[in-house]
Order: sequence, then structure tokens, then C-alpha cells
Amino acid sequence: MTQSIFDKFQYYANLREDVARLDTNPFNVVVEQVLSETEAIVNGRRTILAGTNNYLGLTFDPRCIAAGRKALEEEGTGTTGSRMANGTYAGHLALERELADFFGLPSSIVFSTGYIANLGILSTIPGPSDVVLLDADSHASIYDGCRLGSAEVIRFRHNDPGDLDKRLKRLGTKAESALIVVEGIYSMIGDQAPLQEIVEVKRRHGAYLLVDEAHSLGVLGEHGRGLVEQAGVQEDVDFIVGTFSKSLGAIGGFCVSKWKELENVRYAMRPYIFTASSSPSIIASTRVALHILREQGAELRKRLWDNAHRLYLGLRELDFKLGPESSPVVAITLGESKEQALEIWHDLLDKGVYVNLVMPPASPGAGCLLRCSLSSAHSAVQIDAIIDAFRSLRNNILES
Amino acid sequence: MKRYQEILDALYEVLTPFANEANKQLSEETELVADLDIDSVRLLELLMEIEDHMDISIPLNVLPDINTVRDLAVSLQELSE
Repeated sequence: MTQSIFDKFQYYANLREDVARLDTNPFNVVVEQVLSETEAIVNGRRTILAGTNNYLGLTFDPRCIAAGRKALEEEGTGTTGSRMANGTYAGHLALERELADFFGLPSSIVFSTGYIANLGILSTIPGPSDVVLLDADSHASIYDGCRLGSAEVIRFRHNDPGDLDKRLKRLGTKAESALIVVEGIYSMIGDQAPLQEIVEVKRRHGAYLLVDEAHSLGVLGEHGRGLVEQAGVQEDVDFIVGTFSKSLGAIGGFCVSKWKELENVRYAMRPYIFTASSSPSIIASTRVALHILREQGAELRKRLWDNAHRLYLGLRELDFKLGPESSPVVAITLGESKEQALEIWHDLLDKGVYVNLVMPPASPGAGCLLRCSLSSAHSAVQIDAIIDAFRSLRNNILES
Repeated sequence: MKRYQEILDALYEVLTPFANEANKQLSEETELVADLDIDSVRLLELLMEIEDHMDISIPLNVLPDINTVRDLAVSLQELSE
């Protein structure tokens, strides 16, 4: 039989067959009409969005929209070029300065997406003679950045400083130039890195440390700078990577650093060079969102965490298997049956609640996940409606 | 440095439950994914168990070259040198 170039995608063909009997594919949900930060029309039905990472609810902030509209009219729809060529506008540089100022660090680079930020930094800074040690539950962008680079890549057990210590010891003197990579809040389960303990291990071996604050920027810390601020370890962290596509309600990524040498890396990063820069309207709305985070972040964070606690406690009362701590990311672990997970996810959607369905290998363990993410813009009534929808499926979830 | 046969024997021990489940006989030519149906998540867990057992770290970079039990044993032998 002739081999096809598509044979290797049989797994995905089977998955498509599994979801074909549902009227909505969980991996291709169409938002037919956006109604607000927290509601949309999906499948013709008014639906509460409980899986959008819109932590501070800034996507409809009139100040962000006005800034984006002004930039759109004055600077056009796109830059049509690389940051290295014609794609660096005054706004890109202003955002870099404002990010550096926000973090109190000297160096800052803005990327077109958070994914590209990790790809650029991790494929370029660690070289062929270096070693990257990454938490096993790291985001795909971290794994992909390492794959694109030339360093040796070693995983350590999720949130296990002891395992990290053991692996650094095995490296001998190479540990001094090794780069440890962790996340502020892990995207799937919503748990936080034990950053103080990780910093102790880093100090002991003299390694470098990168913290990805994609899900913790604006969410953790007195000023919303993330887990690094909350844990009080900024002096020990070498690189902070983050995104504009969650708390800041737009799209884009960044890296800030205490090392002025980061500027030397800018034009060595292929993912930074060989892509078009962010559109002026995105940069403009992000700058205003960052300003709002600085001025009103505490108030937004309080609402977000109130919502997070309300959902976490509500779901815990239903005896679901949740992550270890209350978080704006709340994940319910189901069994290994993909069919059952699909049914439950679809039933939730039928009840007017959208959450993310996550299956292995994207989920950390062997089970499937129903992943919720909260927003400061959710009302208490909406949170209760989400809990009610889960309650009505309690038996199916517990038996999955 | 561990001897090749010693590593192979240890691997056979770890992989026997998978071979039994897949109803396959283990040999150096056995393919980890195709023959033993070990998915990527389970394979990474399995490698962590082997790392603990042998007190080594297996870089992710070597994984694309590992298809068979022999490939894995050779890699482990090199890493334990």
C-alpha cells in the first residue's frame, strides 16, 4: 500500500472522528458574537466564557479601545515588517521603556507574541555548551524554544526543588552556566512554582533563572508584577518572560532582565527578526492596559481573586479533583476516557458555560482536564451559574 | 560505567509490564512506541524512573534518536560514562 505524507496524522484523524458526533468541536469552538469580556454567543446560545485567560477583564476597557483606534487611524493596520527593519515604531520602544520601568529592570524586549518571546530567548541565550533545566510541566513554547536552540535540555520533576538540586549536582561545573526555567502560575492546573526554594537551589549552584509570568502578570504581587514580586526574589531572577495576551487583553510578548547584556541578544534571535512586529493598535492598547494595571491593578486583582476563591471553593464542595491551591486557573481532573471528557465538556456548553477541554499529552497527567480561567469582570452571579452547571453534571464528572 | 548487559537487564525488568500488556516478547529490537504502545507521556515518566534508578539525567535532545530498547540501552550506557 502506498504511504501518504499524511499517515502520521492518523491519531488526529481518529480524534476528529470522536468529536464529529458532537455538534461542536472542543478544539475549534467558534465564538459567533462577542457580547462582553465574559459572555459570547456560541452555537447560537448566550454563553458564559470561563476559559479565556482574560484575568483583568481589560479587553473591552474603553481607554484601551480608544488608544487602539487612534493608533489604527494614525499609524495604519500593520507595520508590515520586522523589528530589525521597518517594524520598530516609537510605540514599540515606548512600551519597552514602560515595561522596564514597571519591573524596575534595565533591559526589555517586546516580541510579537508570548510564544515567540520564549522561542527567541530560549533558542538563543543558552548555547551548545550550556544546559537548560526546565520544569516538566512547562508550556509548549518553552519546550519548543529549547528544541529550536542548541543547548542540552533536561527536565526536572514539576515543582520539585529537590529534584532540580539533584540534577544540577550531576552537571558539576556546568551548573554555573545552566539556565533554570519555571513558570509563575502553571497554565493547566493553576499551581505556583515554589520560587523561594528554587532560588535557594539556584544560589547554591550559581545557575541562571528564567521565570515565565504569562499567567501571573497582573495576577500576583503587590504591584501585579507576578510571582517574582510576590516571592520577593527579584534580585535572584535573571529573566522574566511574559505575554500581553492575558492580563493585558491584547497579544504580544516580552522579556525583561537585570542584565544589560540582553540588548546584545536582540539581533541574534531569529524568532524576533524573522517575523513582523506587532501592529501599532496592539502596542497602543497594551501600553494603556499596562498603565491601568499600574494604577488600578490592586482593585482588579481583588475582584479576580474573590472570583477565583468563590469558584474553587464551590467546586471543592462538589468533591471534584482540583489543583492544590485556589487560583484564577481552576482545573477539574477527569478520568482517562476522552469520550467521557468530550461528553461532559459538551454538556457544560449546552448549559451555557464554556471552559477549556484539555487532553493528554497537553494535560500534565494521564487524565483529561476541564480548565476554567477567571476574570475580574465575572460577576458573582456568573460564578454561581458556572458552579451550578458543574453541579448538574457532578455524577458524570465523579464517575469519569 | 555500567556494563551494557547490566543496563539491558534493568530495562527488561522495567519494560516487562508493558510487554505483557501488549502481548509482545521483549528483545533489543523491540520498538518502545510501535511495539509496546508506550505513549509520549508515559515514556517521559518511565525515563524519570530510569533516571532516578541510575542517578543520571537523560537530555531531551537524545530522545528523537531512541526507537528501540537497544537505542535506549546504548544511550544510557553513554550517559553513565
